[in-house]
Amino acid sequence: MNALASIPHIVSLVIFLPAIGALVALFVPSDSGVKWTALITTVATFLLSLGLYLGFDPAVSTAEAPQLMERMNWFPGVNVSYFVGVDGLNLLLAMLTTLLGPIIILSSWTYIGEKIRGYYSLMLLLQTGVLGVFLSFDLVLFYVFFEITLIPMYFIIGIWGGENRIYAAIKFVLYTLVGSLLMLVGVLWLGFAAGDAINGGVFTTDWYQLVSYGVPLGAQGWLFFLFLLAFAIKVPLFPFHTWLPDAHVQAPTGGSVVLAGVLLKMGTYGLIRFTIPFFPNAAQQFAPLLGVLAVVGIIYGALVAFAQEDAKKLIAYSSVSHLGFVVLGLFAMTTEAVQGAMIQMVNHGISTGALFLIIGMLYERRHTREMADYGGIAKSVPVLTFFMMLTVFASAGLPGLNGFVGEFLILIGSWKSSMFNGALVILATTGVILAAVYLLWMVYRTFFGEITHEENRTMKDLNFREVGLLIPLAILMVWLGLGPAPFLDKSEAAVQAILNTTEEKALAVEAAADQADAVVQVPLRWPDAVAASE
Amino acid sequence: MHTTVLLILILPLALAAFNGLMGLFVPAYRKNEWLIGGLGTLAVAIPFVLTVKLFLGFHGEAEVVHFFTWMAAGDLQIEFAYRIDQLSLVMTLVVTGVGALIHLYSIGYMHGDSGYWRFFAYLNLFIFAMLNLVLAENLLVLFLGWEGVGLCSYLLIGFWYTDLKNSAAANKAFIVNRIGDFAFLLAMFVIFAVVTGKTDGAFGLDFTTLLAPETLGLFGAGTLLAVALLFFVGATGKSAQIPLFVWLPDAMAGPTPVSALIHAATMVTSGLYLLARLSPMVLMAPTAMTIIAIVGALTAIMAATIAITQNDIKRVLAYSTVSQLGYMFLAAGVGAYFVAIFHVMTHAFFKACLFLGSGSVIHGMHEVEHELEHKGFLGSHGKSEEEDPLMAVELPYEGKFDAQDMRTMGGLKRFMPLTRWTFLIATLAIAGIPPLAGFFSKDEILFKAFELGYNGHVWSYFVWIIGLVTAVLTAIYMTRAYLLTFEGTPRWPDAMDTKPHESPWTMTVPLVVLAALSVVGGFVGLPAVLGGSEIHHFLVHDGHGPVAEPHHEFHVPVAIEWGLLFLGLAIAAGGVLFAWFVIRWGSRGPEADTSVKRFFGPLYGTFSRKYSVDEIYQKWVVNPVVNSARKIFAPFDESAVDGAVNGVAKLVQGIALRLRGIQTGVVQHYALALVLGVVVVLALMLLG
Repeated sequence: MNALASIPHIVSLVIFLPAIGALVALFVPSDSGVKWTALITTVATFLLSLGLYLGFDPAVSTAEAPQLMERMNWFPGVNVSYFVGVDGLNLLLAMLTTLLGPIIILSSWTYIGEKIRGYYSLMLLLQTGVLGVFLSFDLVLFYVFFEITLIPMYFIIGIWGGENRIYAAIKFVLYTLVGSLLMLVGVLWLGFAAGDAINGGVFTTDWYQLVSYGVPLGAQGWLFFLFLLAFAIKVPLFPFHTWLPDAHVQAPTGGSVVLAGVLLKMGTYGLIRFTIPFFPNAAQQFAPLLGVLAVVGIIYGALVAFAQEDAKKLIAYSSVSHLGFVVLGLFAMTTEAVQGAMIQMVNHGISTGALFLIIGMLYERRHTREMADYGGIAKSVPVLTFFMMLTVFASAGLPGLNGFVGEFLILIGSWKSSMFNGALVILATTGVILAAVYLLWMVYRTFFGEITHEENRTMKDLNFREVGLLIPLAILMVWLGLGPAPFLDKSEAAVQAILNTTEEKALAVEAAADQADAVVQVPLRWPDAVAASE
Repeated sequence: MHTTVLLILILPLALAAFNGLMGLFVPAYRKNEWLIGGLGTLAVAIPFVLTVKLFLGFHGEAEVVHFFTWMAAGDLQIEFAYRIDQLSLVMTLVVTGVGALIHLYSIGYMHGDSGYWRFFAYLNLFIFAMLNLVLAENLLVLFLGWEGVGLCSYLLIGFWYTDLKNSAAANKAFIVNRIGDFAFLLAMFVIFAVVTGKTDGAFGLDFTTLLAPETLGLFGAGTLLAVALLFFVGATGKSAQIPLFVWLPDAMAGPTPVSALIHAATMVTSGLYLLARLSPMVLMAPTAMTIIAIVGALTAIMAATIAITQNDIKRVLAYSTVSQLGYMFLAAGVGAYFVAIFHVMTHAFFKACLFLGSGSVIHGMHEVEHELEHKGFLGSHGKSEEEDPLMAVELPYEGKFDAQDMRTMGGLKRFMPLTRWTFLIATLAIAGIPPLAGFFSKDEILFKAFELGYNGHVWSYFVWIIGLVTAVLTAIYMTRAYLLTFEGTPRWPDAMDTKPHESPWTMTVPLVVLAALSVVGGFVGLPAVLGGSEIHHFLVHDGHGPVAEPHHEFHVPVAIEWGLLFLGLAIAAGGVLFAWFVIRWGSRGPEADTSVKRFFGPLYGTFSRKYSVDEIYQKWVVNPVVNSARKIFAPFDESAVDGAVNGVAKLVQGIALRLRGIQTGVVQHYALALVLGVVVVLALMLLG
């Protein structure tokens, strides 16, 4: 299998194969040809991406350069390059993206009935965008991919969405654009400042240079907030979350899956890749504030979820709650918590992705998202009910399934963290009670009791295709629940390196605060002994 | 050892998956009841045999078996590791032994149910989770089992999901348990932070490290108290103690074998197991111990007073279970962890026997119900009384025929002799009649409470007295249940011609075995004056065993010990005889309740209303959360948070619309603006 890893330019291939597929899809004559092109492309991308997984060795340091790296100068005269590769932070997220690819395509198979060519091309383009976001090691390149993802998603919601799709699509684009444009200002400032300080006056957006550069204390505050806002909106962190329920409710199933599964992770990923290590002092200073927002999100998201009548809206708010855990873990800045956040990103993608898939399957049968229109359907669709229950318990953090691992590590690491007050973590932990409340309430109303609507009595259970696309997710829920150690191992050293650097750099910047023109540079330090599972 | 432990754990899991997936995806498989039930039973019976083998080969040294790493991050390293020692062996024997019997029983009891395959899959999954709980070598694997049994409890309470009442009871059980689990999680956080904060290297929340004296020494007194109380709160959830006991009576919505296995014999005792496992730690927090003992005693008497007022045979047993669990916590609180485990064991025998007996009775009463329906005495299901005048047949209470209501029973001993005899034996056992099992374990609990009082802890006399009063009540309400069910004359309509039959052998064999165990099970824990307790020796092992106990300075004199023994006997016998011959529930039937009502006066209402605890929770906890979510948070999100976003958008739009007015398209306007601009700039330059 290692032959896969030795394919030249494998990272670029993984990123751009979907875009190539999108191009092909434009010229394929028939609708079914388009679908098959999309399916084959995404399956091929997933198989290729296994090369990333197999080719990545967590024991090899990525302190100086990523593994499987590719680099080409982009703009002459400045240090802006096409720079991609794999390290502990992005590997699993890239894998999640490629895994969800075929699942999303298959879930749209009968759901999308019109403008098929456009839908699948945009979906493929979106995948290239997301993979580019995760695999870039240059800030400008990252930014380009980050914005590229907006366009396909805008059309997917706006064309194939529900009754209120235009409002939702515009809200989604404008809201996230406000954040990312502000971040662009920060990117430019940072590029010039770092260029002046450590790159001989040449503008640079090389991640390795930027992460080693200690931004002066005075500039860190506002830069931190520019970078934070873009990602906080994307996550979305309370109180920037209101675009999410609208987008989810209106988006077609495939759009919801990709949105919840991977697009939101671009926000949390941005926090740990850029915001925290670039501006360590500000991150430490504001961590308690972020912790409070995260915990408000956990509890508030859960309570609002509980009050929903629309199943998709309920799950959208549950995402606000679950991603609150991720943000809490990231700003705890302990290895346990950040590792928990890393795995929780993947877990949330799998379980929330599955939840949206299942709701989508119900929607295809009955064309309603209102829970009151179901009731007692466990009797008519036992297989669907099985997958729903499994996913619900994964999502509610039942030990043995995937959600628990992330939540537990986040909470135990946050308790240990010096960033947060113990009371905050206790409040966060009530999230495990609330998650059970709103999720069980949902299945109670939807699946149990006597069948309340005659038309549900003859509802068809899952077909072969639908079972097939849920099975990989179901397997992963159990696998990541009982055997997460090999996956955690992939990111352990990289997370420790980021945390070490954040801490060292914060001290160095602090120490240099009195000297007017001191330049602080702290390269990534690889942990001495990787606390692997040996 | 490695393979044996693996087999014990994996067999129930594998068969749960097999029966579950085959039943789900291959509809034809669902018909093979004997295959499904047989495989399900073997998946528990084989582990029982293997555990017996382990038990016989056990030489007093704890052994830990490692499988693989569950999760590792930073200083946390959790292994899938299991521990074979005295405590886990006793618990595993009970779980697999009683479990296998109840699986066998279910083959007959669940016959004909359309969810037969699902039932056995859930039941096997439960055994797997329960084995993780009792065999775990660290807190997190224990927690995996802890929440796993909660999941299975949820699935089985809501087993007949077409009735929303059952699903609501399932939700209640899971959520109330989650409140306890929340405390359990916090306890783990505190332990992890203390241990990794004060030592180097990874820590896996494992008992070997945690319970070593040098690790326990790292904890301050306040932290120990907090941890012990947090674990206790967790235990009150799973083991249905004040204030989290409310889910257990409702849990009787599940099929009766489930009530026997999960909600009486095994799962609900996991809180006790947890405290016993952590006994070296909990013993170091005396305040926590006092609280545990008092909460246990209060739960015991509260549930007993409720039990005496109930008419649903399963509810009597449910409150009885809560009460008996209270006894066990009382034992734990006075430091007698080994007695708590002893009572877990004897209780598993007689309470499983009682529940299965009640299941057999309900099985028979369903037969009566069907026959009455067939004869037209009862309205068929789904029809209201107005539609069907025959519904108005006289029942001893208002409402529909209820196969679980003791007021319609009576005289069943003629029809179900085996069920009757086994039920009677178990009743006498729980009442504490010597030499049956309950006598020894309950007596030892009361003795230990007395002993602690004798050693200067006066509060312990208080819990001892509550224990004594509860013992009287126990004897009375259990005798009442027996008499109302089996003695006297039948009270269902058309009783002359409508007769139930004894249950099939798959159901009666477990009854007989459990009744036999209820007779002999107590001999492993004889009081000191009768030769000493085997189980004490086994579990405590002179301080080297897994269960710790406090050191007492003063020994209770032998004469007093004999006196207490006879006091226990007198109380139990007195209660039984009083119910049988003074109140006479047998001959008088439900009429006899009036004597109890008269005795308790207005308190009786409080008992029968179950102290209104459910209503209080509904009013002060559930409603505020639900209402705030619906009436405050959701509208707030829509109007305030999202309103702000849309407000900003509107504002920008508004400004843009105004500004658009400037773009008039008239060239003269632009020229004027140009000129004015030049003037302003020039003026600024000149002035500046």
